[in-house]
Amino acid sequence: MLLQSLFGGVLIGLAAAILLLGQGKIAGISGIFGNVVTGRARSEGAWRLWFLLGFIAAPVLALVFTHRWLQVQLDHAPALLIVAGLLVGFGTQLGSGCTSGHGVCGLGNLSQRSLVAVLVFMGVAAITVFVTRHLIGG
Amino acid sequence: MGPLIAFTAGLVFGIGLLISGMTDPARVLAFLDVAGAWNPALALVMGGAVAVTLPAFAYARRHGHTLGGAVLTLPDRKTLTPQLLIGSALFGIGWGLSGVCPGPAILIALSGQWQPLLFLASVAAGIGLHRVLLASREPAAKATADCS
Repeated sequence: MLLQSLFGGVLIGLAAAILLLGQGKIAGISGIFGNVVTGRARSEGAWRLWFLLGFIAAPVLALVFTHRWLQVQLDHAPALLIVAGLLVGFGTQLGSGCTSGHGVCGLGNLSQRSLVAVLVFMGVAAITVFVTRHLIGG
Repeated sequence: MGPLIAFTAGLVFGIGLLISGMTDPARVLAFLDVAGAWNPALALVMGGAVAVTLPAFAYARRHGHTLGGAVLTLPDRKTLTPQLLIGSALFGIGWGLSGVCPGPAILIALSGQWQPLLFLASVAAGIGLHRVLLASREPAAKATADCS
């Protein structure tokens, strides 16, 4: 499992490097998805659509090799899914990045701004898990 | 050429996420649960990724253009704003509640199951909410200058 995580990470980094050195763009998923969702990905932003198309082709390729469509265990209550989703969507736009834009790309770019963002969202996420699992849930 | 590069990058990114374990919310929450049965495996995802992006960005900063010679503009690396801090904190709460960040949110929605679909729809709604409430008030340059 450790090697798998490392290998997956290397592939993610490779993808970001391809987009950066091939097209001069940052592989930030929240930015790409946000621009597509709000309809700002036209003409000069069309690369975002191509990126997303490749992105959602990944499970199709996985299906060819594993013969299994992806399944997920996400058993939260509907209200929690909605609140968490809203926070993820709103927060990544306000903070201009997520795990990929600030993490994979920003840290790779030795960005002080991204390092602060990563420390904040990882720290707050860990505190949130602590509160829900050990203070409320425990 | 452009569309092929972007498509390939997206495909490799998606495969990487699927292999890494980031699309399993339970495993992500176990990684974030430092006070419980902490599973540090996912730190290797970020470690492996940054090991590749470090030299790539070093090249980009030094040369200022892509391998094909196109101009390359890198995001601002210094300016700390309240938006950055508040936005990242809100994202952290949502990530800690769900175990799902934006990339995996898109991938797991393709399972067709209602929970990840509801989650992704809520992410999109959150993005729309930001656009309606705040985006018009921010300087126009910001949207392009950042990690997006």
